[in-house]
Amino acid sequence: MSHWIIAPVVLPALVAAFMIILFRGRLMLQRLTSVAAVLALNAVALALLMSATTTGAQAYFLGDWPAPFGIVLVLDRLSALMLALGAGLGLVTVVYAIGSGWDAKGAHFHPLLQFLLMGINGAFLTGDAFNLFVFFEVLLIASYGLMVHGGGANRLRAGLQYIAFNLVGSALFLVALGLLYAVTGTLNLADLAVKLPDLPEGDAALLRVAAVLLLLVFAIKGALVPLQLWLPGTYANAPGVVAAMFAVMTKVGAYAVIRFGTLVFPMDLAATNLLYASLLLPAGLATLGIGAIGTLGATTLPRLAAFAGIASMGTVFVAIAHFTPAATASALYYIVHSTLATALIFLVADLISRRRAHSGLQDCPPVAQPGLMGALFLAASIALAGIPPLSGFVGKLLILDAWRDHAFAVWSAILVSSFLMILGLARAGSHLFWKPEGEAPKAKVEPVALLATLGLVAGLVALTVFAGPVTDWLAETAEALHDPAGYIAANRLPTGG
Amino acid sequence: MEALFAMAIGLLTAVGIYLMLRLRTYPVILGLTFLSYGVNLFLFASGRLAVNAAPIIGYPQPYADPLPQALVLTAIVISFGMTAVIMIMAIGGYLEAGHDRVDLDDTLEPEA
Repeated sequence: MSHWIIAPVVLPALVAAFMIILFRGRLMLQRLTSVAAVLALNAVALALLMSATTTGAQAYFLGDWPAPFGIVLVLDRLSALMLALGAGLGLVTVVYAIGSGWDAKGAHFHPLLQFLLMGINGAFLTGDAFNLFVFFEVLLIASYGLMVHGGGANRLRAGLQYIAFNLVGSALFLVALGLLYAVTGTLNLADLAVKLPDLPEGDAALLRVAAVLLLLVFAIKGALVPLQLWLPGTYANAPGVVAAMFAVMTKVGAYAVIRFGTLVFPMDLAATNLLYASLLLPAGLATLGIGAIGTLGATTLPRLAAFAGIASMGTVFVAIAHFTPAATASALYYIVHSTLATALIFLVADLISRRRAHSGLQDCPPVAQPGLMGALFLAASIALAGIPPLSGFVGKLLILDAWRDHAFAVWSAILVSSFLMILGLARAGSHLFWKPEGEAPKAKVEPVALLATLGLVAGLVALTVFAGPVTDWLAETAEALHDPAGYIAANRLPTGG
Repeated sequence: MEALFAMAIGLLTAVGIYLMLRLRTYPVILGLTFLSYGVNLFLFASGRLAVNAAPIIGYPQPYADPLPQALVLTAIVISFGMTAVIMIMAIGGYLEAGHDRVDLDDTLEPEA
């Protein structure tokens, strides 16, 4: 048993605590520690990714308590992939925050970011439903602090809405967990997967309520319509660099839906059957539509980025809703792409907003360094709208291919929404760069922040160039998800009990 | 006892939802607190209600399920912490904005 599995949770937790105790108010030391810690986290995540690829699912028993009595962390290919994605985005975020000076605008940026990484990593690794709730709360409480980083009345009030929305989500999560425990007597995911097929018929209704409540909670996290209301206000008011990091938080919702939809409530489970698929598809399509229309009507650049992020979450959920290995593989590809692309548009929006008089899209003040900013905005737009040559195109193609059996509804929704997004992004771009009135502010030289932004572009290019090997790897991952025997075996549940 | 317990959960949840829909921050926070009380009771009941039973196997028979009690303790601690955070955020918002309405004016964005 590898002890490294717990490192992605312990490392950020210890680093954050040490930073607060030892380096309070010493920004330079905090920056150095933070960069070193995310680099180490990236190394661990990559090592775990390779280990999960070669040996399959492995469990870490906390305190050596056997499952299902103790809490287990389970590393499989999906959780390893998400860990690597979160760690990579964490590195970009830390570098950008240092390069742009965002981390100097308030106290404790770096410790909070480490706590956020701890919560995200824990949520991806845990094999226990209640522990998932705990890690959700860890990442949320860190995100509350990050969201209002820098202060200001609007930011604080948007933060209040965000917290209230998520507290309701937490309450629903607890109700769902109570119901699950009441009907099965266990909260270990693998144990649930084993016990649910033998559930007495009378408990099926309670189980369905629990399944739908869980889906609601994950839909809040993943900004699925009609529970997306918190996202535009939160992301548009959060500091740009924090909004970029939040791009992986919505993916926690998508991850949880994939995990529960394939392991705990698979399609062949009699009690829940097609429940997830039939709810996710219309909600995903509506999310896609609202996101695309939102980009068309957004009044400021950060809101435009937020709606583009909602649209890409809609695409992800449409892909998930098919619940077949091919569709799940396309969803995973799009999750990686969407994380990078959404983070990129938020960073670009932040770069542009700090080079203009305000962030609105009407009566446009000119942008300093329009050539460079325009090129970055173009790259982000191409990625988000899903037109060649970047990976959004490949991802959407895979999703369309997986949904060939319902081509009319799904294809038209994805293609029309892509068209709307092209319109919305082109409109924003022409307002920003082609209709300037007045004098541009002085150019800002921020090589480190630009490097971080270009890192995301490089990630998107790499995802496009290596699409072949990546999709092969993801196809195997999706096969393992839809046949979770390996995941269940890793938990070493007592037999016959 | 089950009926009384269920009514208590229902009442707390109803009060919580009503207060949550108010326009000012303080009632909203109170509503969230009531909701979390209701949820905590619900979670406690998920291990079945037992009277005069210790959560220890074998002594005495029958025993109460100890796991929901542990879950509820965790949930109480978390909701306590979250209430403190949202309270600070509400006070901060009130002091910065000069009022305590929960709705947002969407045309305003922060000044970097």
